[in-house]
Amino acid sequence: MAFTLALVQFQTRLGDVMTNLERHLAWIRQAKDRGADVVAFPELSLTGYIVQDLVPAVACKPLQDDPVFGPLLEASTQVDLVVGFVEEDRRSRFFNSVAYLSQGEVVHVHRKVYLPTYGMFDEGRFFAWGDRVAAFDTRFGRFGLLICEDFWHVSPPYLLWLDGADVMLFPMASPGRGIVPAEERLGTARWVETVVQAYAGLFTVFAAFINRVGFEDGIHFWGGSAVYGPDGARLTQAPYHQEALVLQEVDLRALHRARARLPLLRDERTSLFQRELARILEQRGLPKAPPRV
Amino acid sequence: MTKPSLPFVDLSINTDLVRRILVDFIRTEITRAGFKRAVVGVSGGVDSALVCFLTAEALGPENVLALRMPYKTSSPESLEHARLVIERTGVQSRTVDITPMVDAYLERYAPDADRVRRGNVMARMRMLVLYDHSASFGGLVVGTGNKTEILLGYTTLYGDAAYALNPIGDLYKTQVWQLAEAVGVPEVIVKKAPSADLWVGQTDEGELGFSYRLADQILYRLVDERYTPEEVVAQGFPEEVVRAVVERMRRNHYKRIMPPIAKLSHRTVGYDFLYLRDWGTG
Repeated sequence: MAFTLALVQFQTRLGDVMTNLERHLAWIRQAKDRGADVVAFPELSLTGYIVQDLVPAVACKPLQDDPVFGPLLEASTQVDLVVGFVEEDRRSRFFNSVAYLSQGEVVHVHRKVYLPTYGMFDEGRFFAWGDRVAAFDTRFGRFGLLICEDFWHVSPPYLLWLDGADVMLFPMASPGRGIVPAEERLGTARWVETVVQAYAGLFTVFAAFINRVGFEDGIHFWGGSAVYGPDGARLTQAPYHQEALVLQEVDLRALHRARARLPLLRDERTSLFQRELARILEQRGLPKAPPRV
Repeated sequence: MTKPSLPFVDLSINTDLVRRILVDFIRTEITRAGFKRAVVGVSGGVDSALVCFLTAEALGPENVLALRMPYKTSSPESLEHARLVIERTGVQSRTVDITPMVDAYLERYAPDADRVRRGNVMARMRMLVLYDHSASFGGLVVGTGNKTEILLGYTTLYGDAAYALNPIGDLYKTQVWQLAEAVGVPEVIVKKAPSADLWVGQTDEGELGFSYRLADQILYRLVDERYTPEEVVAQGFPEEVVRAVVERMRRNHYKRIMPPIAKLSHRTVGYDFLYLRDWGTG
Protein backbone atom coordinates (compact mmCIF):
# COMPACT_ATOMS: atom_id res chain seq x y z
CA MET A 1 0.00 0.00 0.00
CA ALA A 2 1.35 3.36 -0.98
CA PHE A 3 -0.06 6.81 -1.54
CA THR A 4 1.24 10.17 -2.62
CA LEU A 5 1.23 12.90 -0.02
CA ALA A 6 1.33 16.54 -1.14
CA LEU A 7 2.37 19.33 1.20
CA VAL A 8 1.34 22.85 0.22
CA GLN A 9 3.02 25.90 1.77
CA PHE A 10 1.57 29.18 0.63
CA GLN A 11 0.78 32.75 1.60
CA THR A 12 -2.72 33.38 2.93
CA ARG A 13 -4.66 36.62 2.76
CA LEU A 14 -5.24 37.55 6.37
CA GLY A 15 -8.90 37.26 7.31
CA ASP A 16 -10.19 36.74 3.74
CA VAL A 17 -11.59 33.21 3.79
CA MET A 18 -13.10 33.19 0.31
CA THR A 19 -9.84 34.30 -1.32
CA ASN A 20 -7.97 31.66 0.65
CA LEU A 21 -10.54 29.07 -0.40
CA GLU A 22 -9.87 29.91 -4.06
CA ARG A 23 -6.15 29.50 -3.41
CA HIS A 24 -6.78 26.11 -1.80
CA LEU A 25 -8.81 24.93 -4.77
CA ALA A 26 -6.09 26.05 -7.21
CA TRP A 27 -3.37 24.23 -5.24
CA ILE A 28 -5.60 21.15 -4.97
CA ARG A 29 -6.07 21.07 -8.75
CA GLN A 30 -2.34 21.36 -9.25
CA ALA A 31 -1.60 18.65 -6.69
CA LYS A 32 -4.16 16.31 -8.20
CA ASP A 33 -2.71 16.84 -11.67
CA ARG A 34 0.66 15.82 -10.28
CA GLY A 35 -0.71 12.63 -8.80
CA ALA A 36 -1.44 13.51 -5.17
CA ASP A 37 -3.77 11.30 -3.11
CA VAL A 38 -3.69 13.44 0.02
CA VAL A 39 -3.10 17.22 0.03
CA ALA A 40 -2.18 18.84 3.35
CA PHE A 41 -2.27 22.58 4.09
CA PRO A 42 -0.80 24.55 7.02
CA GLU A 43 -2.44 25.65 10.27
CA LEU A 44 -5.27 28.17 9.82
CA SER A 45 -4.73 27.90 6.07
CA LEU A 46 -8.21 29.30 5.34
CA THR A 47 -7.83 32.40 7.50
CA GLY A 48 -4.21 33.35 8.11
CA TYR A 49 -2.53 32.90 11.46
CA ILE A 50 -2.70 36.07 13.57
CA VAL A 51 -6.45 36.46 13.33
CA GLN A 52 -7.02 38.08 16.76
CA ASP A 53 -10.36 39.90 16.74
CA LEU A 54 -11.16 38.48 13.31
CA VAL A 55 -11.80 35.07 14.89
CA PRO A 56 -15.61 35.25 15.02
CA ALA A 57 -15.74 36.83 11.56
CA VAL A 58 -13.73 34.08 9.85
CA ALA A 59 -15.11 31.06 11.72
CA CYS A 60 -16.86 28.32 9.83
CA LYS A 61 -18.37 24.90 10.40
CA PRO A 62 -17.13 21.75 8.71
CA LEU A 63 -20.53 20.92 7.24
CA GLN A 64 -21.79 20.15 3.75
CA ASP A 65 -23.89 23.31 3.52
CA ASP A 66 -21.12 25.62 4.75
CA PRO A 67 -20.03 28.03 1.96
CA VAL A 68 -16.37 27.24 2.65
CA PHE A 69 -16.56 23.53 3.38
CA GLY A 70 -19.07 22.82 0.59
CA PRO A 71 -16.47 23.39 -2.18
CA LEU A 72 -13.73 21.70 -0.14
CA LEU A 73 -15.86 18.60 0.44
CA GLU A 74 -16.65 18.58 -3.27
CA ALA A 75 -12.90 18.73 -4.02
CA SER A 76 -12.32 15.90 -1.54
CA THR A 77 -14.16 13.51 -3.85
CA GLN A 78 -11.02 13.72 -6.00
CA VAL A 79 -8.28 13.84 -3.40
CA ASP A 80 -8.15 13.69 0.41
CA LEU A 81 -7.57 17.04 2.13
CA VAL A 82 -6.18 18.42 5.35
CA VAL A 83 -7.17 22.07 5.87
CA GLY A 84 -6.74 24.51 8.76
CA PHE A 85 -9.58 26.77 9.85
CA VAL A 86 -11.29 28.58 12.69
CA GLU A 87 -14.07 26.27 13.82
CA GLU A 88 -17.21 27.52 15.49
CA ASP A 89 -19.08 24.86 17.42
CA ARG A 90 -22.82 24.76 18.10
CA ARG A 91 -22.41 26.88 21.20
CA SER A 92 -20.16 29.44 19.45
CA ARG A 93 -16.89 28.39 20.94
CA PHE A 94 -14.07 29.04 18.51
CA PHE A 95 -11.31 26.49 17.97
CA ASN A 96 -8.06 26.44 16.04
CA SER A 97 -8.84 23.28 14.06
CA VAL A 98 -7.74 21.09 11.19
CA ALA A 99 -10.09 18.80 9.27
CA TYR A 100 -9.43 15.65 7.26
CA LEU A 101 -11.82 15.46 4.31
CA SER A 102 -12.27 12.47 2.03
CA GLN A 103 -14.84 11.27 -0.48
CA GLY A 104 -17.09 14.22 0.30
CA GLU A 105 -17.11 13.51 4.04
CA VAL A 106 -15.52 15.08 7.11
CA VAL A 107 -13.52 12.13 8.41
CA HIS A 108 -11.92 13.85 11.41
CA VAL A 109 -11.52 17.25 13.05
CA HIS A 110 -8.69 17.95 15.44
CA ARG A 111 -8.98 20.96 17.74
CA LYS A 112 -5.66 22.34 18.90
CA VAL A 113 -5.07 21.15 22.47
CA TYR A 114 -2.09 23.37 23.26
CA LEU A 115 -2.76 27.04 22.57
CA PRO A 116 0.51 28.94 22.97
CA THR A 117 -0.14 32.02 25.09
CA TYR A 118 3.27 33.41 25.92
CA GLY A 119 5.94 35.55 24.29
CA MET A 120 4.66 36.58 20.87
CA PHE A 121 1.72 34.13 21.03
CA ASP A 122 -1.78 34.92 22.24
CA GLU A 123 -3.94 32.01 21.10
CA GLY A 124 -5.46 31.31 24.50
CA ARG A 125 -7.02 34.75 24.41
CA PHE A 126 -8.93 34.05 21.21
CA PHE A 127 -9.50 30.29 21.02
CA ALA A 128 -11.14 27.58 23.08
CA TRP A 129 -8.94 24.65 24.08
CA GLY A 130 -9.41 21.39 22.21
CA ASP A 131 -9.81 18.43 24.50
CA ARG A 132 -9.17 15.30 22.49
CA VAL A 133 -6.25 13.59 20.78
CA ALA A 134 -7.32 10.69 18.59
CA ALA A 135 -6.11 8.78 15.56
CA PHE A 136 -8.55 7.99 12.77
CA ASP A 137 -8.85 5.65 9.81
CA THR A 138 -8.49 6.87 6.27
CA ARG A 139 -8.53 4.99 2.98
CA PHE A 140 -4.72 5.07 3.19
CA GLY A 141 -4.28 3.81 6.74
CA ARG A 142 -4.57 5.21 10.23
CA PHE A 143 -3.60 8.87 10.59
CA GLY A 144 -3.17 11.42 13.33
CA LEU A 145 -3.35 15.22 13.18
CA LEU A 146 -1.76 17.73 15.54
CA ILE A 147 -1.37 21.48 15.18
CA CYS A 148 1.96 23.24 15.78
CA GLU A 149 2.30 23.74 19.56
CA ASP A 150 0.55 20.38 20.09
CA PHE A 151 3.71 18.60 19.00
CA TRP A 152 6.07 20.80 21.02
CA HIS A 153 4.63 18.72 23.83
CA VAL A 154 5.61 15.08 23.71
CA SER A 155 2.33 13.61 24.98
CA PRO A 156 0.01 14.29 22.00
CA PRO A 157 2.23 12.47 19.46
CA TYR A 158 2.70 9.68 21.99
CA LEU A 159 -1.08 9.33 22.40
CA LEU A 160 -1.56 9.27 18.64
CA TRP A 161 1.04 6.53 18.41
CA LEU A 162 -0.74 4.41 21.01
CA ASP A 163 -4.03 5.09 19.25
CA GLY A 164 -2.64 3.49 16.13
CA ALA A 165 -1.53 6.42 13.96
CA ASP A 166 1.04 5.33 11.40
CA VAL A 167 1.01 8.65 9.54
CA MET A 168 1.24 11.84 11.62
CA LEU A 169 0.52 15.14 9.90
CA PHE A 170 1.36 18.35 11.70
CA PRO A 171 -0.01 21.53 10.06
CA MET A 172 1.67 24.60 11.53
CA ALA A 173 2.28 28.31 11.19
CA SER A 174 5.70 28.77 12.70
CA PRO A 175 6.94 32.34 13.01
CA GLY A 176 10.62 32.35 12.09
CA ARG A 177 13.00 33.49 14.83
CA GLY A 178 16.41 32.83 16.23
CA ILE A 179 19.37 34.26 14.26
CA VAL A 180 21.97 33.89 17.02
CA PRO A 181 23.97 31.72 16.91
CA ALA A 182 24.51 32.04 13.17
CA GLU A 183 23.52 28.79 11.51
CA GLU A 184 22.29 27.60 8.15
CA ARG A 185 18.75 27.54 9.51
CA LEU A 186 16.69 29.70 11.81
CA GLY A 187 16.47 28.50 15.39
CA THR A 188 12.80 27.60 14.95
CA ALA A 189 13.50 25.60 11.78
CA ARG A 190 16.24 23.63 13.49
CA TRP A 191 14.00 22.83 16.43
CA VAL A 192 10.90 21.81 14.45
CA GLU A 193 12.91 19.64 12.07
CA THR A 194 14.74 17.97 14.94
CA VAL A 195 11.56 17.24 16.86
CA VAL A 196 9.46 15.93 13.98
CA GLN A 197 12.33 13.82 12.71
CA ALA A 198 12.72 12.41 16.22
CA TYR A 199 9.03 11.48 16.40
CA ALA A 200 9.26 9.62 13.10
CA GLY A 201 12.22 7.63 14.39
CA LEU A 202 11.02 7.14 17.98
CA PHE A 203 7.58 5.96 16.91
CA THR A 204 8.62 4.27 13.63
CA VAL A 205 5.92 6.20 11.76
CA PHE A 206 5.67 8.64 8.89
CA ALA A 207 5.66 12.17 10.26
CA ALA A 208 5.30 15.40 8.29
CA PHE A 209 4.98 19.06 9.16
CA ILE A 210 3.32 21.54 6.83
CA ASN A 211 4.45 25.09 7.56
CA ARG A 212 3.19 28.16 5.80
CA VAL A 213 5.22 30.95 4.19
CA GLY A 214 4.81 34.69 3.80
CA PHE A 215 4.45 37.57 6.22
CA GLU A 216 1.87 38.92 8.63
CA ASP A 217 3.09 42.41 9.57
CA GLY A 218 6.72 41.89 10.58
CA ILE A 219 6.35 38.18 11.30
CA HIS A 220 7.51 35.72 8.68
CA PHE A 221 6.78 32.04 8.28
CA TRP A 222 9.67 29.95 7.02
CA GLY A 223 8.08 27.06 5.13
CA GLY A 224 10.46 24.11 4.79
CA SER A 225 7.63 21.56 5.06
CA ALA A 226 9.05 18.05 5.31
CA VAL A 227 8.24 14.35 5.46
CA TYR A 228 10.22 11.85 7.56
CA GLY A 229 10.03 8.06 7.31
CA PRO A 230 9.76 5.38 10.00
CA ASP A 231 13.52 4.94 10.15
CA GLY A 232 13.83 8.63 11.02
CA ALA A 233 15.24 9.64 7.66
CA ARG A 234 14.07 12.78 5.90
CA LEU A 235 12.26 11.82 2.71
CA THR A 236 11.57 15.23 1.24
CA GLN A 237 11.62 18.88 2.15
CA ALA A 238 10.13 21.99 0.55
CA PRO A 239 12.33 25.08 0.18
CA TYR A 240 12.44 27.69 2.93
CA HIS A 241 10.67 31.04 2.57
CA GLN A 242 8.79 30.43 -0.68
CA GLU A 243 5.50 28.99 -1.82
CA ALA A 244 5.80 25.36 -2.86
CA LEU A 245 3.99 22.12 -3.48
CA VAL A 246 6.07 19.02 -2.74
CA LEU A 247 5.04 15.42 -3.25
CA GLN A 248 6.25 12.33 -1.47
CA GLU A 249 5.26 8.74 -2.04
CA VAL A 250 4.45 7.15 1.31
CA ASP A 251 5.13 3.43 1.07
CA LEU A 252 3.36 1.95 4.08
CA ARG A 253 5.37 -1.27 3.66
CA ALA A 254 8.24 0.71 5.12
CA LEU A 255 6.43 0.42 8.48
CA HIS A 256 6.73 -3.35 8.23
CA ARG A 257 10.42 -3.15 7.49
CA ALA A 258 11.21 -0.55 10.14
CA ARG A 259 9.32 -2.39 12.88
CA ALA A 260 10.84 -5.75 11.96
CA ARG A 261 14.22 -4.15 12.53
CA LEU A 262 13.33 -1.99 15.51
CA PRO A 263 10.28 -3.25 17.51
CA LEU A 264 9.77 -0.12 19.62
CA LEU A 265 6.01 -0.28 19.17
CA ARG A 266 5.86 -3.99 20.07
CA ASP A 267 7.89 -3.42 23.24
CA GLU A 268 6.20 -0.23 24.41
CA ARG A 269 5.06 -0.89 27.99
CA THR A 270 1.82 1.04 28.08
CA SER A 271 0.61 -0.57 31.33
CA LEU A 272 3.83 0.39 33.06
CA PHE A 273 3.45 3.89 31.66
CA GLN A 274 -0.15 4.14 32.78
CA ARG A 275 0.63 2.84 36.28
CA GLU A 276 3.59 5.13 36.78
CA LEU A 277 1.77 8.16 35.40
CA ALA A 278 -1.10 7.53 37.79
CA ARG A 279 1.36 7.20 40.67
CA ILE A 280 3.21 10.37 39.72
CA LEU A 281 0.04 12.44 39.36
CA GLU A 282 -1.29 11.04 42.63
CA GLN A 283 1.88 11.55 44.65
CA ARG A 284 3.23 14.74 43.24
CA GLY A 285 0.00 16.58 42.64
CA LEU A 286 1.17 18.09 39.37
CA PRO A 287 -0.72 21.20 38.32
CA LYS A 288 -4.00 20.56 36.58
CA ALA A 289 -4.42 21.28 32.90
CA PRO A 290 -5.93 24.64 31.84
CA PRO A 291 -9.67 24.91 32.49
CA ARG A 292 -12.01 23.10 30.13
CA VAL A 293 -15.68 23.49 29.50
CA MET B 1 42.40 44.75 18.20
CA THR B 2 42.69 43.57 21.79
CA LYS B 3 40.70 40.57 22.77
CA PRO B 4 37.83 41.58 25.05
CA SER B 5 38.29 40.33 28.58
CA LEU B 6 34.51 40.32 29.11
CA PRO B 7 32.55 37.16 28.22
CA PHE B 8 31.38 38.47 24.85
CA VAL B 9 28.65 36.46 23.10
CA ASP B 10 29.12 35.98 19.39
CA LEU B 11 26.23 38.02 17.96
CA SER B 12 27.13 37.32 14.35
CA ILE B 13 24.39 36.21 12.01
CA ASN B 14 23.95 34.17 8.84
CA THR B 15 23.88 37.17 6.52
CA ASP B 16 22.48 35.23 3.53
CA LEU B 17 19.53 34.03 5.59
CA VAL B 18 18.80 37.41 7.18
CA ARG B 19 19.19 39.25 3.89
CA ARG B 20 16.68 36.90 2.26
CA ILE B 21 14.11 37.43 5.01
CA LEU B 22 14.51 41.21 5.06
CA VAL B 23 14.34 41.65 1.29
CA ASP B 24 11.19 39.48 1.24
CA PHE B 25 9.80 41.53 4.10
CA ILE B 26 10.26 44.84 2.29
CA ARG B 27 8.82 43.54 -0.97
CA THR B 28 5.86 41.74 0.61
CA GLU B 29 4.84 44.43 3.04
CA ILE B 30 5.07 47.26 0.51
CA THR B 31 3.27 45.47 -2.31
CA ARG B 32 0.47 44.11 -0.12
CA ALA B 33 -0.24 47.67 1.03
CA GLY B 34 -0.83 48.54 -2.63
CA PHE B 35 2.54 50.16 -3.34
CA LYS B 36 5.58 49.19 -5.33
CA ARG B 37 7.90 52.05 -4.43
CA ALA B 38 9.74 53.26 -1.37
CA VAL B 39 11.36 56.39 0.05
CA VAL B 40 14.48 56.20 2.21
CA GLY B 41 16.30 58.98 3.98
CA VAL B 42 19.97 58.33 3.30
CA SER B 43 22.25 60.08 5.77
CA GLY B 44 25.58 58.64 4.82
CA GLY B 45 25.56 56.37 7.86
CA VAL B 46 25.58 52.61 7.91
CA ASP B 47 21.96 52.03 8.97
CA SER B 48 20.35 53.98 6.16
CA ALA B 49 22.96 52.67 3.71
CA LEU B 50 22.02 49.09 4.57
CA VAL B 51 18.30 49.87 4.28
CA CYS B 52 18.86 51.53 0.90
CA PHE B 53 20.72 48.46 -0.38
CA LEU B 54 18.04 46.06 0.90
CA THR B 55 15.18 48.18 -0.45
CA ALA B 56 16.81 48.52 -3.86
CA GLU B 57 17.21 44.74 -3.95
CA ALA B 58 13.59 44.22 -2.93
CA LEU B 59 11.87 46.66 -5.28
CA GLY B 60 14.43 47.42 -7.99
CA PRO B 61 16.51 50.62 -7.75
CA GLU B 62 14.18 52.51 -10.09
CA ASN B 63 11.42 52.16 -7.50
CA VAL B 64 13.42 53.62 -4.65
CA LEU B 65 13.88 57.32 -3.93
CA ALA B 66 16.84 58.14 -1.68
CA LEU B 67 16.60 61.54 -0.05
CA ARG B 68 19.67 63.38 1.15
CA MET B 69 18.61 66.05 3.62
CA PRO B 70 21.63 67.97 4.86
CA TYR B 71 21.57 70.87 7.29
CA LYS B 72 24.24 73.59 7.14
CA THR B 73 26.18 71.99 10.01
CA SER B 74 26.02 68.49 8.53
CA SER B 75 29.37 67.01 7.73
CA PRO B 76 30.29 67.17 4.01
CA GLU B 77 31.55 63.62 4.47
CA SER B 78 28.00 62.47 5.30
CA LEU B 79 26.70 63.96 2.06
CA GLU B 80 29.51 62.35 0.11
CA HIS B 81 28.89 58.95 1.72
CA ALA B 82 25.19 59.24 0.93
CA ARG B 83 26.14 59.94 -2.69
CA LEU B 84 28.25 56.80 -2.66
CA VAL B 85 25.25 54.75 -1.51
CA ILE B 86 23.04 56.23 -4.22
CA GLU B 87 25.69 55.56 -6.85
CA ARG B 88 26.29 51.96 -5.75
CA THR B 89 22.61 51.04 -5.51
CA GLY B 90 21.48 52.96 -8.61
CA VAL B 91 18.40 54.29 -6.84
CA GLN B 92 16.70 57.55 -7.73
CA SER B 93 17.75 60.43 -5.55
CA ARG B 94 17.06 63.97 -4.54
CA THR B 95 18.85 66.37 -2.23
CA VAL B 96 16.71 68.63 -0.08
CA ASP B 97 18.63 71.18 1.97
CA ILE B 98 16.64 71.53 5.19
CA THR B 99 18.61 74.60 6.37
CA PRO B 100 16.13 77.29 5.24
CA MET B 101 13.14 75.45 6.75
CA VAL B 102 14.85 74.63 10.01
CA ASP B 103 16.36 78.09 10.39
CA ALA B 104 13.10 79.85 9.55
CA TYR B 105 11.61 78.21 12.61
CA LEU B 106 14.58 78.31 14.93
CA GLU B 107 15.54 81.93 14.24
CA ARG B 108 12.05 83.25 14.69
CA TYR B 109 10.62 81.04 17.42
CA ALA B 110 13.45 79.22 19.17
CA PRO B 111 16.66 81.23 19.01
CA ASP B 112 17.75 79.94 22.41
CA ALA B 113 17.12 76.28 21.69
CA ASP B 114 19.91 74.00 22.86
CA ARG B 115 21.51 71.51 20.52
CA VAL B 116 19.22 68.66 21.50
CA ARG B 117 16.13 70.71 20.63
CA ARG B 118 17.80 71.85 17.41
CA GLY B 119 18.63 68.24 16.58
CA ASN B 120 15.04 67.19 17.17
CA VAL B 121 13.75 69.95 14.89
CA MET B 122 16.12 68.74 12.17
CA ALA B 123 15.03 65.13 12.60
CA ARG B 124 11.36 66.11 12.44
CA MET B 125 11.92 68.33 9.44
CA ARG B 126 13.47 65.37 7.67
CA MET B 127 10.39 63.34 8.59
CA LEU B 128 8.20 66.01 7.02
CA VAL B 129 10.24 65.95 3.81
CA LEU B 130 10.22 62.13 3.71
CA TYR B 131 6.47 61.89 4.18
CA ASP B 132 5.76 64.56 1.59
CA HIS B 133 7.92 62.63 -0.86
CA SER B 134 6.12 59.47 0.17
CA ALA B 135 3.02 61.11 -1.30
CA SER B 136 4.65 62.66 -4.37
CA PHE B 137 6.76 59.62 -5.27
CA GLY B 138 4.05 57.14 -4.31
CA GLY B 139 6.25 55.07 -2.04
CA LEU B 140 6.28 54.02 1.61
CA VAL B 141 8.87 55.42 4.00
CA VAL B 142 11.28 52.69 5.03
CA GLY B 143 12.75 53.18 8.49
CA THR B 144 16.39 52.88 9.38
CA GLY B 145 16.48 52.49 13.16
CA ASN B 146 18.33 49.47 14.53
CA LYS B 147 17.49 47.41 17.62
CA THR B 148 20.19 49.03 19.74
CA GLU B 149 18.98 52.57 19.21
CA ILE B 150 15.31 51.58 19.51
CA LEU B 151 15.97 49.87 22.85
CA LEU B 152 18.11 52.72 24.12
CA GLY B 153 15.61 55.26 22.86
CA TYR B 154 18.42 57.00 21.00
CA THR B 155 16.02 58.39 18.46
CA THR B 156 13.67 61.33 17.89
CA LEU B 157 10.00 60.51 18.34
CA TYR B 158 8.12 61.43 15.14
CA GLY B 159 11.50 62.23 13.61
CA ASP B 160 13.74 59.37 12.55
CA ALA B 161 11.42 57.08 14.55
CA ALA B 162 8.61 57.74 12.04
CA TYR B 163 8.28 55.25 9.19
CA ALA B 164 5.87 52.84 7.50
CA LEU B 165 8.00 49.76 8.03
CA ASN B 166 11.43 48.93 9.38
CA PRO B 167 13.54 46.04 8.11
CA ILE B 168 16.49 46.41 10.51
CA GLY B 169 14.81 47.18 13.83
CA ASP B 170 15.51 43.68 15.17
CA LEU B 171 19.23 43.81 14.35
CA TYR B 172 21.73 45.08 16.88
CA LYS B 173 24.22 47.67 15.67
CA THR B 174 27.00 45.11 15.53
CA GLN B 175 24.78 42.91 13.35
CA VAL B 176 23.98 45.88 11.13
CA TRP B 177 27.71 46.31 10.54
CA GLN B 178 28.04 42.65 9.60
CA LEU B 179 25.05 42.64 7.25
CA ALA B 180 26.05 45.97 5.70
CA GLU B 181 29.44 44.55 4.83
CA ALA B 182 27.83 41.43 3.35
CA VAL B 183 25.45 43.31 1.05
CA GLY B 184 28.19 45.57 -0.27
CA VAL B 185 27.87 48.83 1.64
CA PRO B 186 31.19 50.64 1.02
CA GLU B 187 33.74 49.91 3.72
CA VAL B 188 34.31 53.59 4.46
CA ILE B 189 30.70 53.78 5.65
CA VAL B 190 30.76 50.55 7.64
CA LYS B 191 33.98 51.37 9.43
CA LYS B 192 33.42 55.00 10.41
CA ALA B 193 32.30 56.12 13.88
CA PRO B 194 28.48 56.21 14.05
CA SER B 195 27.02 59.72 14.29
CA ALA B 196 23.57 61.28 14.17
CA ASP B 197 25.42 64.29 12.73
CA LEU B 198 23.06 66.72 14.42
CA TRP B 199 25.93 68.94 15.54
CA VAL B 200 29.57 69.24 14.63
CA GLY B 201 31.70 66.51 16.10
CA GLN B 202 28.77 64.51 17.51
CA THR B 203 29.28 60.77 17.79
CA ASP B 204 26.72 58.31 19.11
CA GLU B 205 29.16 56.57 21.38
CA GLY B 206 30.48 59.86 22.75
CA GLU B 207 26.97 61.03 23.52
CA LEU B 208 25.78 57.72 24.98
CA GLY B 209 28.91 57.29 27.06
CA PHE B 210 29.54 53.69 26.04
CA SER B 211 30.36 51.77 22.88
CA TYR B 212 27.81 49.99 20.72
CA ARG B 213 29.75 46.75 21.03
CA LEU B 214 29.43 46.89 24.78
CA ALA B 215 25.80 48.06 24.72
CA ASP B 216 24.85 45.22 22.36
CA GLN B 217 26.37 42.63 24.66
CA ILE B 218 24.44 44.02 27.61
CA LEU B 219 21.19 44.44 25.70
CA TYR B 220 21.39 40.94 24.23
CA ARG B 221 21.62 39.48 27.72
CA LEU B 222 18.90 41.68 29.20
CA VAL B 223 16.42 41.54 26.35
CA ASP B 224 17.02 38.38 24.33
CA GLU B 225 18.34 36.14 27.09
CA ARG B 226 16.31 37.64 29.97
CA TYR B 227 19.22 38.02 32.40
CA THR B 228 18.67 40.34 35.35
CA PRO B 229 20.88 43.47 35.47
CA GLU B 230 22.60 41.98 38.55
CA GLU B 231 23.47 38.83 36.60
CA VAL B 232 24.96 40.91 33.80
CA VAL B 233 27.08 42.85 36.30
CA ALA B 234 28.14 39.57 37.92
CA GLN B 235 29.43 38.46 34.54
CA GLY B 236 31.89 41.32 34.66
CA PHE B 237 30.13 44.08 32.75
CA PRO B 238 30.65 47.58 34.21
CA GLU B 239 27.85 48.35 36.62
CA GLU B 240 27.50 51.99 35.61
CA VAL B 241 27.00 51.02 31.95
CA VAL B 242 24.50 48.28 32.78
CA ARG B 243 22.57 50.76 34.93
CA ALA B 244 22.65 53.41 32.21
CA VAL B 245 21.39 50.92 29.62
CA VAL B 246 18.56 49.69 31.85
CA GLU B 247 17.53 53.23 32.71
CA ARG B 248 17.58 54.38 29.09
CA MET B 249 15.45 51.41 28.09
CA ARG B 250 12.88 52.09 30.78
CA ARG B 251 12.75 55.86 30.43
CA ASN B 252 12.39 55.79 26.65
CA HIS B 253 9.80 53.04 26.39
CA TYR B 254 7.20 55.65 25.43
CA LYS B 255 8.99 56.06 22.12
CA ARG B 256 8.38 52.41 21.25
CA ILE B 257 4.64 52.19 21.77
CA MET B 258 1.55 53.96 20.51
CA PRO B 259 0.42 56.72 22.90
CA PRO B 260 -2.17 55.58 25.41
CA ILE B 261 -5.82 56.37 24.80
CA ALA B 262 -8.04 56.89 27.82
CA LYS B 263 -10.33 53.89 27.90
CA LEU B 264 -14.03 54.65 28.27
CA SER B 265 -15.99 52.24 26.10
CA HIS B 266 -16.18 48.45 25.87
CA ARG B 267 -13.94 48.48 22.85
CA THR B 268 -11.00 50.84 22.54
CA VAL B 269 -8.26 51.18 19.97
CA GLY B 270 -5.02 49.94 21.45
CA TYR B 271 -6.54 47.60 24.07
CA ASP B 272 -9.30 45.39 22.72
CA PHE B 273 -9.59 46.27 19.07
CA LEU B 274 -6.96 43.88 17.85
CA TYR B 275 -6.10 43.48 14.21
CA LEU B 276 -2.82 43.29 12.37
CA ARG B 277 -2.03 46.01 9.92
CA ASP B 278 -2.01 43.34 7.21
CA TRP B 279 -5.68 42.54 7.80
CA GLY B 280 -7.34 41.78 4.46
CA THR B 281 -4.16 41.83 2.40
CA GLY B 282 -1.68 39.29 1.08
